[in-house]
Formats: sequence, structure tokens, C-alpha cells
Amino acid sequence: MSAAMVEVRGVHKSFGALHVLRGIDLRVRPGEVTVVLGPSGSGKSTLLRSINHLERVDRGYVTVDGQLMGYRRAGNKLHELKERQILKQRTQIGFVFQNFNLFPHLTALENVAEAPISAQRRPRAEAHAEAEALLRRVGLQDKTRAYPRQLSGGQQQRVAIARALALRPKVVLFDEPTSALDPELVGEVLDTMRDLARNGTTMIVVTHEIGFAREVADTVVFMDAGRVVEQGPPSVVLDRPQHERTRAFLSKVL
Amino acid sequence: MSVGPPPVREELEDGIDLERLKVVPARYPWRWIATGVVAVLLAMAGHALVTNPAWDWKVVGEYLFYETILRAVWLTLKLTALGIVLGFAIGTVLALMRLSRVPLLTSVAWTYVWIFRSVPLILQLLFWYNLAILYRYLSFGVPFGPSFVQVATMDLIGPLTAASLGLALHQGAYAAEIVRAGVLSVDQGQLEAAAALGVPRGRQLRRIVLPQAMRTIVPTAANEIVGLVKGTSVVYIMALPELFYQVQVIYNRNGRIIALLLVATIWYMIITSILSAAQFYVERYFAKGSARVLPPTPLQRLRAAVAGWRG
Repeated sequence: MSAAMVEVRGVHKSFGALHVLRGIDLRVRPGEVTVVLGPSGSGKSTLLRSINHLERVDRGYVTVDGQLMGYRRAGNKLHELKERQILKQRTQIGFVFQNFNLFPHLTALENVAEAPISAQRRPRAEAHAEAEALLRRVGLQDKTRAYPRQLSGGQQQRVAIARALALRPKVVLFDEPTSALDPELVGEVLDTMRDLARNGTTMIVVTHEIGFAREVADTVVFMDAGRVVEQGPPSVVLDRPQHERTRAFLSKVL
Repeated sequence: MSVGPPPVREELEDGIDLERLKVVPARYPWRWIATGVVAVLLAMAGHALVTNPAWDWKVVGEYLFYETILRAVWLTLKLTALGIVLGFAIGTVLALMRLSRVPLLTSVAWTYVWIFRSVPLILQLLFWYNLAILYRYLSFGVPFGPSFVQVATMDLIGPLTAASLGLALHQGAYAAEIVRAGVLSVDQGQLEAAAALGVPRGRQLRRIVLPQAMRTIVPTAANEIVGLVKGTSVVYIMALPELFYQVQVIYNRNGRIIALLLVATIWYMIITSILSAAQFYVERYFAKGSARVLPPTPLQRLRAAVAGWRG
């Protein structure tokens, strides 16, 4: 068994009195696609946001490629990292938001090239050339100069995916990437993600697209009320779920 | 083979095709009546301005480009520029302090805004003007330790410095709130996206937040600038020869009160008009990406109209 690319161990997270994550364990191997399913409020998004330290966990830890997220271990103590170092760690993790969160005052090309230039200090010309290549890869080669508001939702999400890839991340996290899209536009985004999966990108995807999970996922994780109820290959979790809660959920969404 | 019903042709009972009827536009007689009334009132106002000799238009013409007046306009512009540039510099720092996570910085910024918004500008100006009474000497050196340079307050803070200082500090309090409002108006998701991409903090602010905040900041800031152009007239109490003070000096000498007040009015209007035009283009610049297509500028509209006429 190869080392985990992402490892989540005993993670707890509360917002005030609300206990959102109640001890999550998760291992994602390099090149694997993990799809996280579950009803809203089950903590799926919080889990993703904890992995790249957008949320600080209360207990437990997260490692990405063997590196502890947000802390540095020295002997028996964990030292909290400074914001600057956390920002640096995040460049190894791509994040795709439900609402795209593209920068509206920058063109598609500038959106994609921003982080390589400012976070990785890559030369401008090189970053732009690579941004152009990435936009071609997501099928938007003739939209490089367009502003986000001039694009459809599906196109915006594809720019956001290109932007996440621009840092050459070790893993890409997708937080319900198709939930804000018209049904007609979902396909083009899923196609792009399928293409990434085929090329060996390590991905963790929170989604309600069961079809995508069945076709692309190596592992399906079903979450409810802050816990992992069940995980395994899609053929097991989707077709022969062991738990009543999983069965109840799947019967509603299928 | 075509499917579906054949296209329906709208027809009246008399068998005439609807498409071939002439369209009569709707009439709005009240709009015409209102237009007429306002036009008459405008003509009356214009007539009253031109025909009454008390307006003294000839004297207005003589003094409009009088050298002392031009120098006074220049001083007004200088005070405005100093007040706005320094004011917004102070304001931006205060806004960032207020939004920081350091308790002392937030409360200092809050207190500053509270004090400087509470005290009338004219009072503040008099305080600065009379600073020498409070502190005869200002010294620069190690805090609570030895001082390296000592200057008499009177020499360092003349009327012009006192005026710019007062305007800038006063303006800073308002600018702080304007900048803060702008930063708060930017969607939280933008910061999250920047953080997720590992964009450094300073760059997040300069490249992502401020350009978007400018959409909210510019219209209010323009209001402040225009307000300050005229607000500078309060420094007349410090006997600084800006526009308002200067026209008073002149009409006290020659008694042509109305004419000289008109001179000042015209200059304030000219400056404000130029600023308003500048505002339009600055807003347009920061609007990039906010609409699918930006509306044309007046110049572009004019060109299009001319082209339309010719064509």
C-alpha cells in the first residue's frame, strides 16, 4: 500500500455549539479520486475546508503529502504556523468553490496567472503562457481576455478549475462544483473533471452527482451528521450499501 | 415532412392582415404641458440674470481672470489636493487598523474617527493655528528619551501647514469610513479564493480587495473631494488668501459685492465640473468586469451620433 497523499485523522470541528465534524478519518492515495456524498449539513464542505486549513480544526490533524497542515511539530509540541507559511502550504492544494469565486475585475487569463505570479513568484511571461495552455485544456482558448461576468456559469467554473491547476497542486478539492450551475451546463464541468481524473490528478470531490461518482470515483465516502458512515468502492457503497442511512439517502437522490 | 400545426395568421373580422396596419404611437399630453411650463420658467430665470444690471456682469468679466483671483484659485486647489491626498492616506491606514485583528489598533482607529468627526472643522483649524500656545516647541528624538531636533512650533506650523493639517486630519476620519465601507462591500468569497490560492496578504489587499472596493469608494470619495473644494473656504478664518477670502478682500475695497461673489461661484463651479468629469472616467475604469458591456462615454456617444447623421 502506497503512502497517503491526503490523510485526515480524528478531525473534530465545532462552530459555537454546533458540532459539525465528529471524528473524521480519511485516506486518499496519490492519483485517486474520492467522492464525498451526504445530506446537506453533514459536514462535507467543512471537511474540505479543513483539509486546506480554511477552517482550523479543533482536534485531530490533516497531512498532505506527509506534511502536517497548519502546524510544525517540534518534539512533543505543535507550533501553529504563521499565516504566511499556511498560505505557502495551500499552494500545494487546489480548491474549486461552489460559487466559482473568480476575481471579477480580472480577465480569465489574469485569474489563472495570478497565484503562480504572486504566490510562486514565477516569471510573468511563463505564468501567462501556462495559463493560456490551461485554458486551452479546459476548452476556453478563445475566452482568455473575457471577464468572468462575460462567461456562462459552466465556463466560469472551468476557468476556476484552470486557476486551481495553475499552482500544479498535489491534490485538488472540489466543493460542490456543479451545484450552482444550470442543469445544461453541468456536463461540461463534469467532462473537464473526468479528464483530470484520467490524467492522474488526485481529487477529493464533494458532489451530489451520483453518476459521476459511479463512473469516476475510486472511493466513495458517505457522510452524515459529522461522521463517515461508510466508505469503499462505488460498486459497494452505491450499489450494495451496508448501512440503513446510506440506503435511505441513495433512494432519495437516485 | 413537417410536424405541428400550420402557422396561424392573425386576422381581424374584416379579413385585413394585422401586420400591414399603421402603428400610431401613444400620446402623452401632460409631458408636453410640463415641458412647456419648465421652459417658460427657465426663460424667465435667464432673462432675470441677463437684464438686471445689479448682477454687474461686466465687473465679473474683469475680475474672473484677475491675477490675485487666479492665485487664490491655485491656493484653493492646493489645499484641496493636500487635504484629499493626505486625508485618504490617513483614512486608508485607519481603515486597515480598524479592520485588523489587533485590539489596540482597532480601538485607536475608532477613537480617532470619533474625535475628528465630533469636532467642527472650523474649531479644529483654530486649534492647529494656535498650536504654539499649547506647545511652544516641538522636539524629535527617542520617545521619552533625549531629543535630537527642537523647533519652535510657530516656525514649523504656519497658517498654510495648519490649514492643510486640519483639513487632512478632518478628511482622514471621513475617508477611513469610506475606505472601510468599500473593503466590507467586497464579497467574503474573494478573500477565501485568494487565501486558498496562497496569494500573500498584502497582495490580496492590493490586487484583489482594493480594486473591487474602489467601485464603492469612488462615488463617495468624489463627493468628499467636491465637498472639500468648497470646504476649503472655511480656512478664510486663518486669513489664508484662498478664493473665498480673496473675493472678500476685493469687494471690501471696491464694494462690488455681487460681482465678486459671482466670480467665486463661477470658479467653484468650474473646478467641480472638471472633477465630476474626472469622476466619470475613474468610475468607468474601476467598473471593468462589472458589466458585460460598459455603457459608452459621452464622447463615444457624440461620435456615434455624428456618424449616424452623416450616414
